[in-house]
Amino acid sequence: MTGFDIDRFCAFALKLGHGGALGIALGSHGPEWVELTLPYDSRLVGDPASGVLASGPIVALMDMAASLAVWQRRGAFHPQATLDLRVDYLRPATPHRAVIGRGECVRVTRNIAFVRGTAHDGDPADPVATVAGTFMLLDAAA
Amino acid sequence: MTLPPYAQLLGLTIEPRDGEAPLLVMPFADSVLGRPGFLHGGAIAGLLEMAAIVALDYALADEGGGRIKPVNVTVDFMRGGRDKPTLAEGIVTRLGTRVANVEAVAWQDDRTKPIASARMNYLIVRDS
Repeated sequence: MTGFDIDRFCAFALKLGHGGALGIALGSHGPEWVELTLPYDSRLVGDPASGVLASGPIVALMDMAASLAVWQRRGAFHPQATLDLRVDYLRPATPHRAVIGRGECVRVTRNIAFVRGTAHDGDPADPVATVAGTFMLLDAAA
Repeated sequence: MTLPPYAQLLGLTIEPRDGEAPLLVMPFADSVLGRPGFLHGGAIAGLLEMAAIVALDYALADEGGGRIKPVNVTVDFMRGGRDKPTLAEGIVTRLGTRVANVEAVAWQDDRTKPIASARMNYLIVRDS
């Protein structure tokens, strides 16, 4: 399959920057999908009254899961930029539960990768969010 | 106005404006970094959502206040975010009884050259 070693990549990439600040960690993964875990953290709360996580960290989680899924599908790390990302918030994530985000790459064309995703907080059949997005592939010929 | 914990993680500060919803400013810092030298798309999205919420709160305050629940967000990324502060403004396109349509724009040097924009729908639970 692959020249993209996701375990090795995530061992350093997820420690850095925004992903590192959010505490995001690699979970299971397959040839065109990746699961990441966002631990519950009071620093990520959007509504202090309820303790519900802000929506921003969920977007970040899904952006990274989807991005990794593209590299999994392509079997290599290539530079890419998120073109757009849509998130439907199906319900609030339950406070004190980790959120698991699964990104899938459904198709890669010459310039664009198409991704889908879902996020849940324990039961995949009861998701907290669904996601659709596209990435611009920056290694493609102009 | 106080921002929630997640806004503090992003390092956001509020820049008040006369008769308008305030702007939000996000400094460039390691905690909002994506690939080296560039802002993380997730941090930009977080900034845009926070700007939308601030603008919606501001508009709602005029009408007796209320709680807001995010329904969805669509973020378009236009340019990489570089090593400088990022500003964001929320614009309430329509404030209905139960639903609000809000846009947000983020830019660095030039308001007319946004690095990202977003459209959001919110459910509103009115206080009164």
